[in-house]
Amino acid sequence: MIRQLFILSSKGDPLLFKDFRGEAGDDVVNVFYQKVTALPGDQPPVVMAFRDLHFLHVRQGGLYWVATTTADASPFTIIEFLNRLAALVKDYCGGLSEKSVQMNFALIYELLDEVLDYGYIQTTSSDMLRNFLQSEAVSSRPFSLFDLSNVGLFGADTQQSKVAPSSAAARPIQAGREQGGRSEIFVDVVERMSVVVGSNGVLMKADVEGEIRIKCFMPSCSEIRIGLNEELSIGKSQLRGYGAAVRVDGCSFHQGVRLDEFDSHRILRLCPSQGEQTVMQYQLTDDLPTAPPFRLFPTIERDGTGRLILFLKLRCDLPPKSSAVNVCASVPVPKGAVSLSQELSSPDQSAELQSQNRAVAWQIPRLAGGTQLSALFKLDVPGLSSASMLEVGPVGLSFELPKFTATGLQIRFLRLSPVQPAPSQRWVRYVTHSDSYSIRI
Amino acid sequence: MPYLGGEETVRELKRALSNPNVQSEPLRYRNTVLRVVRAMSQGVNVSGLFSEMVKACATVDVVQKKLVYMFLCSYASLNPELSLLVINTLRKDCQDPNPMVRSLALRNMSNLRLPSLVEYVEQPLTAGLRDRAACVRRVAVLGWAKLYNLQPGSDIDAAVVNELYSLLRDPDPVVMVNCLRALDEILKEEGGVVINKPITHHLLNRMKECDVWGQCEVLRVLQRYRPQSDDELFDILSLLDASLVSSHPPVMAATLSLFLSLCADLPAVSLAAVERVSGPLLAACGSGSREMRFTALCHIQLLMRSVPGLMGPHFKRFFCGYAEPAYIKQRKMQIMVELVNDENVSMLLDELKGYCTDVNTDTAQAAITAIGRIGRSYSDRCLEILTGLLGLKQDHITSAVVQTMRDLVWVCPQSSDTVCSALEGCEETLQDSQGRQALLWLLGVYGEGVSSAPYTLEVFIDGVKSEVSSGVKMELLTATVRLFLTRPAETQDMLGRLLHYCIEEETDMCVRDLALLYYHLLKCGIEETRNVLQGRRSDPSLGVLIGRPADPISQWACSFNTLEPLKKGATETLTASRGSPEHEAPKPKTVVELSETLDCSHVHSDPPGSLSADQHSDSTADLPTTPLTLSLSPTISPEEFERLWLQCHSLLSEQDAEESNDFLQTEERIRCSAVLQRSPQILQAAMQLVNIQTLAFTPPCTLPWRVFFYTHTAGTPASSLILGELLYAGEADLQPAAQKDDEEAERKVDEDAAAGELKGREDGQVEVKVTLKQQPKDEKAVRAFLSVLSTVLHTLSSEKA
Repeated sequence: MIRQLFILSSKGDPLLFKDFRGEAGDDVVNVFYQKVTALPGDQPPVVMAFRDLHFLHVRQGGLYWVATTTADASPFTIIEFLNRLAALVKDYCGGLSEKSVQMNFALIYELLDEVLDYGYIQTTSSDMLRNFLQSEAVSSRPFSLFDLSNVGLFGADTQQSKVAPSSAAARPIQAGREQGGRSEIFVDVVERMSVVVGSNGVLMKADVEGEIRIKCFMPSCSEIRIGLNEELSIGKSQLRGYGAAVRVDGCSFHQGVRLDEFDSHRILRLCPSQGEQTVMQYQLTDDLPTAPPFRLFPTIERDGTGRLILFLKLRCDLPPKSSAVNVCASVPVPKGAVSLSQELSSPDQSAELQSQNRAVAWQIPRLAGGTQLSALFKLDVPGLSSASMLEVGPVGLSFELPKFTATGLQIRFLRLSPVQPAPSQRWVRYVTHSDSYSIRI
Repeated sequence: MPYLGGEETVRELKRALSNPNVQSEPLRYRNTVLRVVRAMSQGVNVSGLFSEMVKACATVDVVQKKLVYMFLCSYASLNPELSLLVINTLRKDCQDPNPMVRSLALRNMSNLRLPSLVEYVEQPLTAGLRDRAACVRRVAVLGWAKLYNLQPGSDIDAAVVNELYSLLRDPDPVVMVNCLRALDEILKEEGGVVINKPITHHLLNRMKECDVWGQCEVLRVLQRYRPQSDDELFDILSLLDASLVSSHPPVMAATLSLFLSLCADLPAVSLAAVERVSGPLLAACGSGSREMRFTALCHIQLLMRSVPGLMGPHFKRFFCGYAEPAYIKQRKMQIMVELVNDENVSMLLDELKGYCTDVNTDTAQAAITAIGRIGRSYSDRCLEILTGLLGLKQDHITSAVVQTMRDLVWVCPQSSDTVCSALEGCEETLQDSQGRQALLWLLGVYGEGVSSAPYTLEVFIDGVKSEVSSGVKMELLTATVRLFLTRPAETQDMLGRLLHYCIEEETDMCVRDLALLYYHLLKCGIEETRNVLQGRRSDPSLGVLIGRPADPISQWACSFNTLEPLKKGATETLTASRGSPEHEAPKPKTVVELSETLDCSHVHSDPPGSLSADQHSDSTADLPTTPLTLSLSPTISPEEFERLWLQCHSLLSEQDAEESNDFLQTEERIRCSAVLQRSPQILQAAMQLVNIQTLAFTPPCTLPWRVFFYTHTAGTPASSLILGELLYAGEADLQPAAQKDDEEAERKVDEDAAAGELKGREDGQVEVKVTLKQQPKDEKAVRAFLSVLSTVLHTLSSEKA
């Protein structure tokens, strides 16, 4: 049971507040914010207690989503609910930000009214909710010339319209009604890697958490069939097909997925509801089908004048056609490092010394598969001793690998059921993120 | 705009709302209402617009209606009379052909929260229960709960309750779940909704139709049901098996809760269920949401209390991601410490080493503490890492390392040489008082091994005037006196200066008193001082203790899937991990230490202490040359214990107990606190400290209460095995049994017990019967063992009281 629910901006301004049981004092929001700010660092504990009230919060889109409840409430339920609520708001408002919440507050109140009654969760399915919601979403996206580039000359289809812009899915699901929004469906395969590479280059740990997400903008969709790689095997022992097997350790499906063709042909059937939903989740532990995407060859030296010299070679082991974008390597450096001089191999890279995090952040906008980059950093560290080398700890890499899945999972086909009232567009996208990719030195 | 000039806004809005031109244009009217609600949600007081908003309520525009209702519900309590005007509109809306309008009106009518309006709301709510549309019934059902909470103490309408019970069979699953919730609130005083067999089976059958939230609610309510037979129980369990491994963490957690409460008497089934959820819980640990990960981690910690090996093969899943928040990292480290074994220790230490230089000082310190914990079983490797960290010369790291070393050395005295050699020179980087206290303690106790110890202390003594922390000053006093005992020539002069300063100039009473105490103690002579200050040394055998014994599931089952496991912050576990009994808080510490050391030097007077000490001296008088040593190895499995126990029993019944050469059976009574029975884990930990292994407990607070334990004695001519049982059968058992024993020492105990009985009841003292079986027979060892056991029990009782 949820007593109150509120959304705060990162600065602590109340954006929304709803009291479901009429038991709250007015100062609940302030109490929460004081508790958050009283703590050092910006990562408050998930549960905080104030007298008999317990605050549970999640952070999504830079906002605090807070529910107050009693001590015997299930944390799993409330956290899952808050995440689901944030996803619903994102679906209906087209994005999650302070601005979009502020502009659509009436819609969100309406949503809250239907989702929770007297603090009890009623429903969070967008199929049910869409019948009840009346307000129109206000999109906060500014006008952009990119939108125009999709419109061909005299209305003809351009080449570009075959590629969905990355922001295409960030729009309110109900906006289309009178604007004649396109009926589209996006199927995303998103994987997160967490990898630890030992100092000798040996792979210590490699986990992949993946999910198949559907974002559906079709007003009514009867059934879709998603075909996965036929050679996909699940579990340790099972092997299918010949060739390079695609394997995951375990997977779980959304309630609404029918699996009658899954065992034989690896086909998922479901009737998606509007908005975003996760159709399948899977994990793979310690057994990547390919080499880890990045290798790092560091050389660390002290020169005579007390400077620390870091020479890093970063090799990208992706297949040549793929490439990594937004790569950032963060190298912890000894405390007290004052200045950084750098030699980078190309002008689009950049590096800076972040004294707050005690690290050198090396930004690489794009790194093609099979290539290698190098960087030379010289750091002035007053009082550098041999022990300080210990502080040059594991290098953390963050990156995005578009059009690539670490497990090799692919979508063979995506078929909509034969009867579709309007022409519809289908998009399949793949991306692999770094959850935590650390390379020990 | 919203905060300043609020009144201006209100006035302007009022004008706009009453403007007929605005009212005639639906879109403008709606936008004005929207502005009012926006101002409201930004914290402007717009209660002055109440009457205008009541008028705005009469519209066909559903969006506007919703906005106005939201406004009215917030301000109704301030304007009870005007709210009466709304009721008519609301009641009219309840007749609307559109079910959405009906449900909206009904919900807001019950949300007005005005006791004066209850009579108007009852009729539409009754009608709402029988509405065609499910969405109206959902609202109506919860509406009754709201109504009852508005008038606490009012009579419960049996007709409504019956109607709600019958709505449990409603075709709509949300209506069904809402009925459970509403009945729970209405019948709160009678213990909530009644769950009998038909309802249980009905709910179980319909669970599939519910969504995740509904399933959780049903599972929660079902915890109240007690199946009538084992067959029924297992039917229910097998029905729920699929949701135990559900991919939705809320369902999985609720199902496990239900399993644990249904199988409270079947530990094996509970354990199997716990092992089954480990997969879904691990998956939740890799969830995209940090908060969900944290929740799952906290619950994994809970499960690991009973099944320590649960996550053993998956230890790599608990490596920290570099971008994870500190609260997740700390939990993961706590779990990693529990998972250490011979194969993975080097990997885990490598990983933890990387966190020691984390930017976040809390994370760094937690990592260092974690390494210290692992050091209890793998001290060499850990000390190597810790010593290396001292080279960084960073204050927070050095402080954490010195504190960790202090704790480690207390448990593993054999590592003191390494620690001593590492201590040189680290006083320069220490800034905080905790770290300096730890350093001083180490210098005091192991000062012989640190060549520079007197010089380090001298620096502290010279700076004592500017020292702020009284804890540091007290630790400095103790350390200097201790060092004086081992290295008098170098320390004498500075000790004199320190005592002089503390007695003459110090303003803090605790410091001054301690200085006076040491002064007088030194006057009593060096031997006395030595007895007091060096009486308490840690026991080398403590180092062997690793790993926690498994707790029974019942201990944490009730807190599973509540906020409890998430709340226990890192602070509590930190103090728990401190471990060494000497270092709780700086101030009480010295007091405790002194009183205990005084106890050892025979200056005791309190009754429970004297009893144990008497026995202790008795037993040592009996065995002057061979002190009793207990050990846990070789370990005995519960099955083996049972076999041996019964074997002894049958052998003894065949022949006379006294004449047997191989076996010895004795019975003894010991008084101890009743509190013990409620906290078996404390008893277990205490027994482990003296190398007695407990094997089985009856659940706390049941009668008769039993504990079975065993140990091996060594050092006496031949080593022997002792099996034992503690039995507390309740008060009635006491009197007849008390007359049977004839040994003198035991009679003394009994008299004590009988005397204690009269006034002992209120301080919670009870008598526990101890049955011991030994193989081969060795009476002296048994006597010695009994004294150890009674000391343990008395210590625990006095600590509890």
